[in-house]
Amino acid sequence: MITTTAIESTAELTEQERAQAARLDAVWSEPRGFWGWFKAVHHTTIGKRYAVTAFIFFLLAGLLAGGMRLQLAFPEAHVLSNDLYNQFFTMHGSTMMFLFAVPMMFEALSVYFVPLMVGTRNIAFPRLNAYSYYLYLFGGLMFYIAFLCNTGADRGWFSYVPLAGPDYGPGKRPDFWAQLITFTEVSGLAVAVETIVTVFKLRAPGMSLNRIPIFVWGQVVVAFMVIFSLPGVVLSSTMLLLDRTCNTQLFNPAVGGDVLLYQHLFWWFGHPEVYIIFIPGTAVISTIVTTFCRRHAFGYLVLVLSLVATGFMAFGLWVHHMFATGIPQIAESYFTAASMMIAIPTGAQIFCWIATMATGKVVLKTPMWWALGFFFTFIMGGMTGIFVASVPVDLQIHDTYFVVAHFHYVLIGGAVFPLFGAISYWFPKVTGRMLSETLGQITFWLFFVGFNITFFPMHLVGIRGMPRRVYTYPPNMGWTTLNQIESLGYVLLFIAVCVFLANVSRSLKTGSLAGPNPWKAGTLEWATTSPPPHYNFLHLPTVNGREALWDAAPNQPVVIGLDEDARSFLTTRTLDAEPEGRDEFPRPSIWPFLAAIATSIAFIGSIFTPWGITIGAIPVAITMIGWFWPERQPAERRRAREIWQSE
Amino acid sequence: MILVHVPGFPGNQTSLNPVGPGAERIEGEFALIFWITAIVYCLVLIALVVYVLRRRHSLNIMPEPMPTTPQSDRWAKVAVSGAMVVTVLLLFIMMIGSFVTGHALGNMNRETAYTIDVYGHQWWWEVHYPNDEPDKTVVTANEIHVPLGVPLRIHGTSRDVIHSFWAPNVQGKRDLMPGYETDVMMQIDQPGRWRGQCAEYCGEQHAHMSFYMVAEPGPQFQQWLSQQAASSVPPSTPQAVRGQQVFLGHACVMCHTVRGTPAGSRVGPDLTHVASRSTIAAGLLPNTIGNLGGWILNAQSIKPGCRMPPNHMTGSELQDLLAYLETLK
Repeated sequence: MITTTAIESTAELTEQERAQAARLDAVWSEPRGFWGWFKAVHHTTIGKRYAVTAFIFFLLAGLLAGGMRLQLAFPEAHVLSNDLYNQFFTMHGSTMMFLFAVPMMFEALSVYFVPLMVGTRNIAFPRLNAYSYYLYLFGGLMFYIAFLCNTGADRGWFSYVPLAGPDYGPGKRPDFWAQLITFTEVSGLAVAVETIVTVFKLRAPGMSLNRIPIFVWGQVVVAFMVIFSLPGVVLSSTMLLLDRTCNTQLFNPAVGGDVLLYQHLFWWFGHPEVYIIFIPGTAVISTIVTTFCRRHAFGYLVLVLSLVATGFMAFGLWVHHMFATGIPQIAESYFTAASMMIAIPTGAQIFCWIATMATGKVVLKTPMWWALGFFFTFIMGGMTGIFVASVPVDLQIHDTYFVVAHFHYVLIGGAVFPLFGAISYWFPKVTGRMLSETLGQITFWLFFVGFNITFFPMHLVGIRGMPRRVYTYPPNMGWTTLNQIESLGYVLLFIAVCVFLANVSRSLKTGSLAGPNPWKAGTLEWATTSPPPHYNFLHLPTVNGREALWDAAPNQPVVIGLDEDARSFLTTRTLDAEPEGRDEFPRPSIWPFLAAIATSIAFIGSIFTPWGITIGAIPVAITMIGWFWPERQPAERRRAREIWQSE
Repeated sequence: MILVHVPGFPGNQTSLNPVGPGAERIEGEFALIFWITAIVYCLVLIALVVYVLRRRHSLNIMPEPMPTTPQSDRWAKVAVSGAMVVTVLLLFIMMIGSFVTGHALGNMNRETAYTIDVYGHQWWWEVHYPNDEPDKTVVTANEIHVPLGVPLRIHGTSRDVIHSFWAPNVQGKRDLMPGYETDVMMQIDQPGRWRGQCAEYCGEQHAHMSFYMVAEPGPQFQQWLSQQAASSVPPSTPQAVRGQQVFLGHACVMCHTVRGTPAGSRVGPDLTHVASRSTIAAGLLPNTIGNLGGWILNAQSIKPGCRMPPNHMTGSELQDLLAYLETLK
C-alpha cells in the first residue's frame, strides 16, 4: 500500500498528478447550487461555517457587553431597565459560553484542523458533523429570536433554581435557556465523538501517539472532557425543564426537592467547561510558539501530559463554585487543594513555552504577538485563580467583580487571545490570502490595552465590595470612577474588533497570496494548498516525526492505492498508526439538514408542551431513516473490501 | 500568619477594611496569596520579556527550523524543573495558609454566641432576635443591630430563592438557601454601620438588596432591643389616628405587621418600629417623609419589580398615613 514518492508541496504537478487531482476533485467536490449548500459534508466547509457563526455570536455578545458597560458607567443610571439588564448579562454569558467559546475553540478549530493535521481526507462521521452544525445554528437562532421577542433568558448563564424554577421564573424565558443547552450540547457531543474517532483511527501512517501534534492532543482531551462533563448539564437543564413543564418538583424544597443538587450537576459540567474553552487555547499557543520560535516545542511530553492532567483534574474542582453554600470543612480542604493543584500542569506548560522561546529564534509576527499577550493576561487570571481556590478568601470575593475580572482574564486571556492568534496564523491556510501584518499588530495593541483597561479595575471594584450581576449601584460607594474607566476600555476593545474586521474583509479581496506554507510551519495542514482542496491532500502523507514537515525524510513516502472513484480513506491503528484498513466516507446528503430541522422542532416544541419530544420524535425518526438508508454501490464496495481484508 | 494590611481600601463594604476577627483572618490569607502571586507574576513575565528580546529574530523572513538535541536543551530542562519545584512549594505554602485560616474561622463557633436569625426575601432581609419569651422576640428588617465585641451566630435561610448574606468588613459570605438552614459565626469589634449586600443573583432587584450591620456597645444595644420588643404605641394625634385607619383600610395591612394593631401579615417587612430604621427599601433610600411617601404611592418606579404594589390614595390620606408611620419609633 505504501511506496516511496517524495512530497514536495510546492512543486509543479506532473501530468499524471493533474489527472489524479481531477479524478479526486470529481469524487470529493461539494454539491453546488442553493440546495447544494445544505448538502455539504466536508469538514473544511462545516468548519468554516462553525467559525463564522461562532464569531457572529461573539460580536453579538460583545455588543450586549457594551450595553452593560453603558448602564454601569453611571450610578443609578437608567440606560437599561433592570429587566433588560438582567436579560443582557444572561444573554452575554450564555452566548459567550455556549454559542461562542465552545463552538469556536473546540468545534470550529477541531472540525477544520484536526483532519488536516492528522493527514486524512475528512472528519469521521461527516454527516453527523453537518447535523451538529445545523443544530448549533438553530439553537442559537432560537435563543436570539426569543430575545428579540422580549423572552430573553434572564436568570444568569447558570439559571440556578429556584430562581429559574416554575415559581420564580414565570414566562418562557428559562425554558428557552434550558433548550439552548440541549441544542449546543448535542452538537458538542457529536463533534467530540467525531474528533476522538478521527484522531484515534484516521491518522496518517507513522503518526504514532507520541508524534500527534500538541494542538490535536488538546482537542482530544477536550473531546473526552465534553463527553464526561456535558451529561451533567444536560441532566440539570432537562430536570429544570421537567419542573417547569411537567410539574416534577425535582428542585422544589417545599416538597422535598433539593436546590443544591442543581448546583452540583451544573458545576460538574460548568467547571470542566472552563478548561474545555482554554485547553484548545493553550494548544494553539503551543502551535504558535513552536512555529514562531523555529524549533520543536520544548518538553513535548510535559506539554501533552499537562493537557491530559488538566483534563482529569478539571473534574475534581466543581465545588469551588459553591464554597459559599457552606459545605463541610473536610470537603472544603479537599477542593481547595485540588483547585490549587491545577496550577501545576498549567505552570509546567508556561515554563515549557518560555524555555522554547529562550532556546529558539523568536519571530515577532502577529500570531506571536497574540501569544505574548496571552502570557500577560492568562497568567494574571491563573494567579487570581489561587485567590478563588482558597476557601476563606473565596468567601470574600466570590460573586463580586473580582471574580468577573478573574474569569475574563482566564477566558479572554486563555481563549480569545489564542483565538485571534489562531485566526492570524491559519487565515492564510483557510482563505489562501495573508492578513495585513500592520493592521494585525494595531488590532493586537488596541485589544491588549483595551482589555486591561476594561478588566483590571474590576479586581479593585470587586475588593471594594461590588457584587456581580447588579444592574446598578449607589453613587457613594467608591465604585463610580473605576466603572467609568472600565467602560472607556470597552471603547478600545470595540475599535480593535472593528480594525480586525476591516483587516479580514480587506485581506479576503486584496491580501497577498499565501502559498501552501507561508510560516514554514511543521504540521501537516501546511502540506497542502491554501485553501485545501476538498480531498485535502493529493497524496495522503506519512509522518516521520513530531513536526511532520520539518522531520520529513528526503524521500518521505506517501499513501497510494486508495480507490479514486469513491471517498475512500485509510484507517490506522490507535497506538502506532500503522495502516489497518480502508473505508469509505458517505456522500453529501440533504438528510442531516432535514434531521436537524426535525430535531429542532422537537426541542422547541418541548418548551411549550411535554408532548413536543414524544410527537417530535416521529419526524426525527423519519429523517434519520432517510439519512441511514443504505446505498447499493458503496455497500457492494464495502463488502468487496471486507472480503479482501479478511483474506 | 503573616498579617499585612493592604492599604488604600477604606470603606464600609470592603473585605480589606476588616472590623472583626473573621474578616481580619481572611485579609491575612488574602495578603499572603497577594504577595506570593504578585512576585511570581512579575518574575515570570520579566523572564519572558528578557528571553523574547534576547532571542528575537530581526529578519522579516521565517528562518529554517533549528535542530534540537537533549544536550542543547539540558539547561532549559534544569530551569523548568527548578521552576516547577518552586511552584509546588509556593502552592503548598498558600494551601497550608488557607487551611489554617479556614480552621481559625471554624473555631469561631461558640455555644454561647448571641444568635440572630436572618431570612432572605426577594429583595429584603427579615431579621429576628429570638427570645425564650415569645412576646420579647424582636422582628425587624434590613438593619441588624449587634452588640460590640460579642461572638454572634447568624442563623439564616431563605423564604424564596437563593440569597447570599455578605457584610465584607465583618465576615465572608454565606448563601441562604430554601430548604437549608445555615449558621455563620461573626464578631464586630469596631462601632459603626457596616454595609452588606446580597451576593447571589436573586432576580429583578438583586442590585437593591442591601442591609446594614449596626455595631454598638452592649448597653446601647440592650436598650435598642428592649425598645424594639415593645408593641407599637397607639397613635395620639388626630392625624395619626386617621393615618392608622388609612393603614388598616388600605392594602398595607395585607402584607405588613404593626404589632399592637390587627395588622399581622408577614409578606413584607415588620413595620412596628419602622420610624426607628434609617433606610427603607432594603437600604435603597434614606428613611425620610418624602422618600416614604413616594415609596408608598409607587414603589415600582423606585424599585421596579419589587413586591410592593402601587397604592392609590388622596393627598390627605397619604399625609395622615405618613404622620402615623412617623409615630412608629
